[in-house]
Amino acid sequence: MIDNIWLVPLLPLLGFLINGIFGRKLGKNLVSWIGCGSVGLSFLISVKVFFELLSLPAEQRIFEKIVFPWIYSGFFKVNISFLLDPLSGVMLLVVTGVGFLIHVYSVGYMYEDNGFSRFFSFLNLFIFSMLMLVLANNFLLLYLGWEAVGLCSYLLIGFWYEKKSASDAAKKAFIVNRIGDFGFALGVMLIFWTFGGLNYTEVFQQAPSILVAGGGLVTAITLLLFMGAVGKSAQIPLYVWLPDAMEGPTPVSALIHAATMVTAGVYMMARCHILYELAPFTLGLVAVIGAVTAIYTASIAMVQNDIKRVLAYSTISQLGYMFLGCGVGAFAAGIFHLMTHAFFKALLFLGAGSVMHALSGELNMQKMGGLKGKIPVTFWTVFAAVLAISGIPLFSGFFSKDEILWKAFSQGNLLLWLIGVICAGMTAFYMFRLLFLTFFGKSRVDESIKSHIHESPKIMTVPLMILAILSVLGGYVGIPKSLGGGNNFEHFLSSVFGEKEMIIHHSAFTEYIVMIISIGVALAGIFFAYRFYISKPELPKSLAEKYNFPYRVLLNKYYVDEFYFKIIVNPLLKFATFLWQFIDIRIIDGTANGLAGMVNWFGGIGRKIQTGYVRNYALGMVLGVILVLAYFILK
Amino acid sequence: MPSDYAYVGLFLLFGVLFVLFVFILSRLIAPYKPNPVKKENYECGEVPIGQGWIQFNVRYYLYAIIFVIFDVEVVFLFPWAVVYRSLGFFAFIEMLIFIAILLFGLIYVWKKGALKWV
Amino acid sequence: MDLSLMDINWRVILPEITLAVFGFVLLLLEAFLPKDKKRITGHIAWIGIVLSFLFCLNLYGTQLSSFKGMALSDNFAIFFSFLFLISSFFVILQSLSFLKREEQVRGDYYALILFATLGMILMASTLDLVVIFLGLEIVSISLYILSGFRKKDLKSNEASLKFFLMGAFATGFLVYGIALIYGSLGTTNLEKIFILIPLTETTLPGKDFLLYAGIGLLIVGFGFKIASVPFHMWMPDVFEGAPAPIAAFISAGPKSAGFAALLRIFLLAFSSFKPDWILIFWILSVLSMTTGNLLALWQTNLKRLLAYSSIAHVGYILIAFVAGGNSAISGVLFYLSIYILMNLGAFAIIISMGSKDREGTDLFKEYAGAGLKNPFLGVFMAIFMLSLSGFPPTAGFLAKFYIFSSAVKSGYLGLVIIAVINSMISVYYYLRVIVYMFMKPAEEDIKPVSIPFSLGLVILVTGIGILAFGILPQPLLDLAYNSIF
Repeated sequence: MIDNIWLVPLLPLLGFLINGIFGRKLGKNLVSWIGCGSVGLSFLISVKVFFELLSLPAEQRIFEKIVFPWIYSGFFKVNISFLLDPLSGVMLLVVTGVGFLIHVYSVGYMYEDNGFSRFFSFLNLFIFSMLMLVLANNFLLLYLGWEAVGLCSYLLIGFWYEKKSASDAAKKAFIVNRIGDFGFALGVMLIFWTFGGLNYTEVFQQAPSILVAGGGLVTAITLLLFMGAVGKSAQIPLYVWLPDAMEGPTPVSALIHAATMVTAGVYMMARCHILYELAPFTLGLVAVIGAVTAIYTASIAMVQNDIKRVLAYSTISQLGYMFLGCGVGAFAAGIFHLMTHAFFKALLFLGAGSVMHALSGELNMQKMGGLKGKIPVTFWTVFAAVLAISGIPLFSGFFSKDEILWKAFSQGNLLLWLIGVICAGMTAFYMFRLLFLTFFGKSRVDESIKSHIHESPKIMTVPLMILAILSVLGGYVGIPKSLGGGNNFEHFLSSVFGEKEMIIHHSAFTEYIVMIISIGVALAGIFFAYRFYISKPELPKSLAEKYNFPYRVLLNKYYVDEFYFKIIVNPLLKFATFLWQFIDIRIIDGTANGLAGMVNWFGGIGRKIQTGYVRNYALGMVLGVILVLAYFILK
Repeated sequence: MPSDYAYVGLFLLFGVLFVLFVFILSRLIAPYKPNPVKKENYECGEVPIGQGWIQFNVRYYLYAIIFVIFDVEVVFLFPWAVVYRSLGFFAFIEMLIFIAILLFGLIYVWKKGALKWV
Repeated sequence: MDLSLMDINWRVILPEITLAVFGFVLLLLEAFLPKDKKRITGHIAWIGIVLSFLFCLNLYGTQLSSFKGMALSDNFAIFFSFLFLISSFFVILQSLSFLKREEQVRGDYYALILFATLGMILMASTLDLVVIFLGLEIVSISLYILSGFRKKDLKSNEASLKFFLMGAFATGFLVYGIALIYGSLGTTNLEKIFILIPLTETTLPGKDFLLYAGIGLLIVGFGFKIASVPFHMWMPDVFEGAPAPIAAFISAGPKSAGFAALLRIFLLAFSSFKPDWILIFWILSVLSMTTGNLLALWQTNLKRLLAYSSIAHVGYILIAFVAGGNSAISGVLFYLSIYILMNLGAFAIIISMGSKDREGTDLFKEYAGAGLKNPFLGVFMAIFMLSLSGFPPTAGFLAKFYIFSSAVKSGYLGLVIIAVINSMISVYYYLRVIVYMFMKPAEEDIKPVSIPFSLGLVILVTGIGILAFGILPQPLLDLAYNSIF
């Protein structure tokens, strides 16, 4: 089966083609079978492949498959070919597994929508693109997948394109992503220029010998690639598109804007860890940007009232964690957090979707409350996810987050660690705030909706339950040594990242202390949330009035959108108008029109030769004959 | 070898000169006494009806073309007949195919009514 | 004469025989079938094409030769046979609905297409000038008749007659050229010519001029067949007057056949004379693309526009003759394959847009707003036009790219610069079609046209082919590269 790895991306592609072309005629049942079935099948194949990979000895767990030659132009040779190693294996399982669950959930969630078949074809296209991104064994194919997931994201954010806000959000996402991708493309070109090839193996093998560690070239390459990652994974300063992307259907938010696509940046950096390790400056920047993004967006998340926006900012914050992990060199920990985050964040979004389903599309948490007993399955599953993301011991998020924090701490980055810990407290606070506002307390639901609050159908709740189980247990693959585990996950990835002998400055005791601190902070966050939203619900309001300015700043997301608009978009528009009015119309158009006019004039003259009389045609031909013969005689 | 072509050129030259010579000669020595009967077109001894310079019915061309086709067939038949004995049965079949192909054309033309004078 | 010396291998000409047999069957069916049953003739025709295609497939890679090199099955021949058969197949599919609309469903029409295809295959799969000439005449005569197929239409008659007169004129030059070459070298076999030519320089000084004149006349004769400037004048008139599927046919198969013969003659037989004839091809190339593009700017009729565009494309392809070398030859093969797809697709759309009473006009203004009413046609027309003008990621871009890059490699940068400027000019008129279809308001209230299945199939297959080869050119490129003689 490992030889047939190409089946994994092919099946969703087929699903996309069938649903995309014939979708309207197939009926919703068939569409959902094809849509879910294709991804489900490729999940099964991925599992099989993964176990085949596991059965190999650790050093042989790398497998390349050339499907067919793609572009051969001189020395520029690129294949459509796949690379399977522990890293892409993990990503494969996450993408197809979580993807499959979200597909199934969508059957229930989107059933009433007119664009049902369109939705599924786009979703399948997304899975295909993401798989290409993950499985690629060269930078060009990676780039193809990279752009294609961006396209899918655009299509799906703007799925309800009749809504202006949705199409605006789609455009924003696409344009902001393009800014990052511009850097990414330059990075790929620079790699080609440096190494004369784009295959991972050739690039990574040559990298240590060609590039000077810490030199300008490798720093430039990694920075450019990082620029792409910043755009795709929504980090400062290009994070602004992700909150707006919540205009798309909720399963899309869960799949693309939480579990998979936005993590592409993390995956890419982990994949290129050899380059990044040669560029300490870039790594430092990655860590700082990750940490700052994490705490910055966590602070925004604390006051938002829109349930999906809270989750969106939380996603950015968690991605910041992953960047922090990569930045301190703990790539395995970053990927570990990527995986657990995929489980619980997908679950949170799907749970939010289920809440919206129950409340006829209500998003404002101030108009919820007391739903605990009315939609129990949603409540318990979301509860599990909240515990996981808040870093409560024994839940998956605890292990992965702690791994990152510990790596930051043990490398001596105390400031970054501190930021991470504070951020963990904030995370616990806003997640429990979400939980309390939504499910506890008195119901603030509109009277008109109140009467028909209902639990979602099985097809939606079953994926929730499976994801809840994964959120709880997902962390057990990577229990750290200090807690008696074997850190199997990191060990498994070690054939990709190399077994790094971490210099142990600190004893296990220190690790316990660090762990306890972060648990304590998380509990404090929960305590505040409890106090604010359960025991003294009037407190937030008085606080908000008392500290009106900071509150407004947070509520308005630090006014960054407004700032961008004033500083970047407006001047750009003015500059563009100038370019258009003066440079373009006067100078360029003038020249071009002049040239075009000249060309046209010649054409007009030439046209007169074409008289329509055979005798003239024959004359033209005879002239040609004479010239040709004359040439040969006079030569 | 160029001398071979010289013969051809010479032949050409003399051919043209000879024709010119004959025409000029007849012009010089022949008596010129026209009358209406003399100026009429020659139609195998019959008295001609109308002028020679009229629009011919297009069917004449069809007939002419079909005639040419079968004329050419005969041209091919001659060399075939010459070496028929040494080529044997194979050539016989070949020629049958060739004639059949022309026959198909004839059948088509016939069926389309091109041979009918309306 | 001993027959055992005659070197006969029937397998080599099986594709041709198949086409001939099917052609005669169609001719007889036309004569004997009642009028309402003639619809099957079209289907018989494409079956014949498919069968012939299978025989060709069977020959691929065999490298057989028969009739002393007069017929052979090298990969070059088979590659071109594939092209001809595929293009004829598409043309027949186009004709199915076209003839039905014209109420002119006739067997002899299809018979002529099959005969023309047979002629093209002969031209590509031989090493003998005489057989090339034979094939060429079979193609030409069939096309003369086909262009005049709309008998009641004056323009169609005009097209046919002009085509015939000019064609006969050009054929005269061609035969004269062949005769001169035979006269000076004593053979018409291209391989033998290739071997003899180095000898002529030293031993046969007196014959140089005859040989050169022969080469010059060959260029003229083939220049006419592929419609390169200044031997191109027939093409716009014929395109405008001929039935649309036939115009499509002329632009696809016969043109490729002309190039097949030209490739063999100039890049094989006379390759050692290259310094002598290269300038002529350079000039023909520049003249063709420049004239084609400049005149295309002024056209108001879509078929005429495609005729000039076709002339321009001939100019691009001729670049490969100047460049020479294997990459240029495979570039030509690739280019022709793609060009056939683009043109047949574009013509299929023209046929879809036409109607019985409006046939033969095909003016731009009739297309105003049509893209919005018929999104399928509009989108695919956009694909074809973008490909014709050479935009990535369509295959038209790669086709140009390969030929241009081979010329750059051989050091003809100036020619490539001219070609690129020409490509830029061409964007204007190709995009104009798209602009008309999508951005101009319709003059009157137009209804969406209904697209017959066979036409839709042609459009879909060619369109997808262009995109597919634009993204994944390697299989076709490999095939082209393996098909160099």
